[in-house]
Amino acid sequence: MQLKGAQIVVRTLMEQGVDLVFGFPGATVIDIYDALYDHADKIRHVLVAHEQGAAHAADGYARATGKVGVCLATSGPGSTNLVTGIAAAFMDSVPIVVVTGNVATSQIGTDSFQEIDITGVTLPITKHNYFVEDVDELADTIREAFRLAQSGRKGPVLVDIAKDVQQALGEYEPAQAVVPEEPCLADGVVFSDAAACINACHRPLVYFGGGVVSAGAEQELLELADKIDAPIACSLMGISAVPSSHPRFLGMEGMHGNYAATMAMKNADCIIALGCRFSDRSIGNREKFGVGVHIVHVDVDRSELSKNTNDEYGIVGDVGLAIRKLLQLLRPADHRGWRELVAKLRADQALQQDTREGLTPRAVLAAVDARRDRDSVVVTDVGQHQMWSAQYLRFDRPRTFVTNGGLGAMGFGLPAAIGASLATGRRTLLVVGDGGFGMSLHELATAVSTAAPLTILVMNNGVLGMVRQWQSMFYDKRYASTTLSSYRHTDFVAVAKAFGADGMAVDTLERLEDALTRAEQADGPYLIDCAIGADEFVLPMLSPGGTLGDIIVKVVG
Amino acid sequence: MNRYTFAILVHNRFGVLNRVTSMFRRRRFNIASLTVSETETSAYSRITAVFDGEEATKEQLMSQLYKLPDVVMVSELDREDTVNSELLLIKLANRGGEQRNDILDAAGVFEAKVMEYNRDAIILQLVGDTRLIDNFVDLMRDYDILESCRTGVISLSRGVGTMRDGIA
Repeated sequence: MQLKGAQIVVRTLMEQGVDLVFGFPGATVIDIYDALYDHADKIRHVLVAHEQGAAHAADGYARATGKVGVCLATSGPGSTNLVTGIAAAFMDSVPIVVVTGNVATSQIGTDSFQEIDITGVTLPITKHNYFVEDVDELADTIREAFRLAQSGRKGPVLVDIAKDVQQALGEYEPAQAVVPEEPCLADGVVFSDAAACINACHRPLVYFGGGVVSAGAEQELLELADKIDAPIACSLMGISAVPSSHPRFLGMEGMHGNYAATMAMKNADCIIALGCRFSDRSIGNREKFGVGVHIVHVDVDRSELSKNTNDEYGIVGDVGLAIRKLLQLLRPADHRGWRELVAKLRADQALQQDTREGLTPRAVLAAVDARRDRDSVVVTDVGQHQMWSAQYLRFDRPRTFVTNGGLGAMGFGLPAAIGASLATGRRTLLVVGDGGFGMSLHELATAVSTAAPLTILVMNNGVLGMVRQWQSMFYDKRYASTTLSSYRHTDFVAVAKAFGADGMAVDTLERLEDALTRAEQADGPYLIDCAIGADEFVLPMLSPGGTLGDIIVKVVG
Repeated sequence: MNRYTFAILVHNRFGVLNRVTSMFRRRRFNIASLTVSETETSAYSRITAVFDGEEATKEQLMSQLYKLPDVVMVSELDREDTVNSELLLIKLANRGGEQRNDILDAAGVFEAKVMEYNRDAIILQLVGDTRLIDNFVDLMRDYDILESCRTGVISLSRGVGTMRDGIA
């Protein structure tokens, strides 16, 4: 049938199963908005306050559901505002499809009003991108974008559509939702070699990242750890894939990882690394990491193998398929000595626990966690509160911890939490610092307009805490530009109220409990402004550029 | 440090060269030479890249190339099994006398072609492998080089096989 390009865009999104689009209108997407107006019963459009929020919200939607998130923005500033959001999704391999309008093809290249080469701008932060200048290629290009976003290592794909293409008539043939590429698995002797190595080792560690969540290989991972009698540690992106209460699970390792997890990584003689990329925040100095340790590394992206580490056995392919194949070759093991050492590490960790009274970060998060619906999602922003959340909150189900690991974009939290809460329909908890909240608090408008079931816990220390921590530890306590409370006098509860939400400030655990009760009873967003100390540190900490052995568990003075 | 030559078959689409070189740039791959041209079919273009680096970096470069959806095929070309060639144009000042005779003698030995000859300048063209051209340019440094440019290496594997054979 003959349709206008803009109608083709919307019909193609519908055929791909899209039910929610985050965006903001503008001159070069008026036609797409006009077409969305016809199909408001099928696709809900959420109007954000700023396009960056649209990209983060689509990202939060995708992380919470495993489905492709979609955002829409106009040309020029609309598209450049998306950039941080696209980069955040790219660094964490989150599948989103970004649709942008551009000026008419006749005006391309003339620096016309709101013209930006957004395919050029987003080249390094998308899996791929397209500029559509022929209406007959529109539907298939969008389909290809959905296929690419979900295939192999997932990630963002951008489709930029010239305005005249949206207005032109083209032929549209309805199609089924695209099917991602079949999960692949390398073949060859590497499996038997890797299995022999694992069979011969005495201190195996199963270490995983977001790739396991992406592949849905959580059960295979647990089966593997059971068979070879290994403890389990994860990177930030792996959190929530394995139940926190699982007896083998030590939590996150790395720069701010749990002591037992990091020390188990240091003491292992064989690391079975699954769907992770050994970032600098996980391993410290890569030149010094893994000396004398056997590394079996499985990843769907071949370029991750031996990128940061010296992987003795690199296996390219779907993590779940790879584990199943390894399981056939592995012998059940019983590493009693290793179990005892790991138990000792756990005991040491318990001794380091913060037992101070009052509104310490740990006490705040424990109070929140105790009454949290474990089927609901926790979203964090970036900074100290993010690391505390990773360390202290407990999870039962994959995709219930949403955080921006690779890019570390402050401002991610609120819009991503809106995306996650609208996607799941469950009350979502946003843990955010006062610094990061300040970067995207305008999205309170979106949270209110969508009545997003959202509890916003602002851990308010009046400082940019993570930078301050570095200034305290490595910069002689010279707190350059990090003491927000000396410049700003923001009343976050008043801000929430101004946007039409409710909230309360708390400075005791009792009042926090009261606030949490109110939040549970709220219909939409509810903000809790929770005062914590300016000099709370995230510990343990690895020295920047150091090794896993350079672990700081206590800071004196 | 080793020198590697790759032939990269890519979809013949707008902006593909940009995608490939953008990746080289942001990942700091040390590219010594890069050429791009049409091929026997309009569907593909062929990029020949010469890369200096270690084995592990080379593996990383190939993996990164394969992540680009427009890259169809990457093949590492073995010097022994490949015909390699590039073209040099070099403009020298014509000072006359003995100097001019030396230049023309050298050109004769190297089988370089005189493309332009006037009372002020001589332009020579030389086709050959990289080392031959390096040697010739080095010799010419004794004279007054006004300008020079070279195309970069292009390569084809010997025998009947083609890169398209490898496309599934």
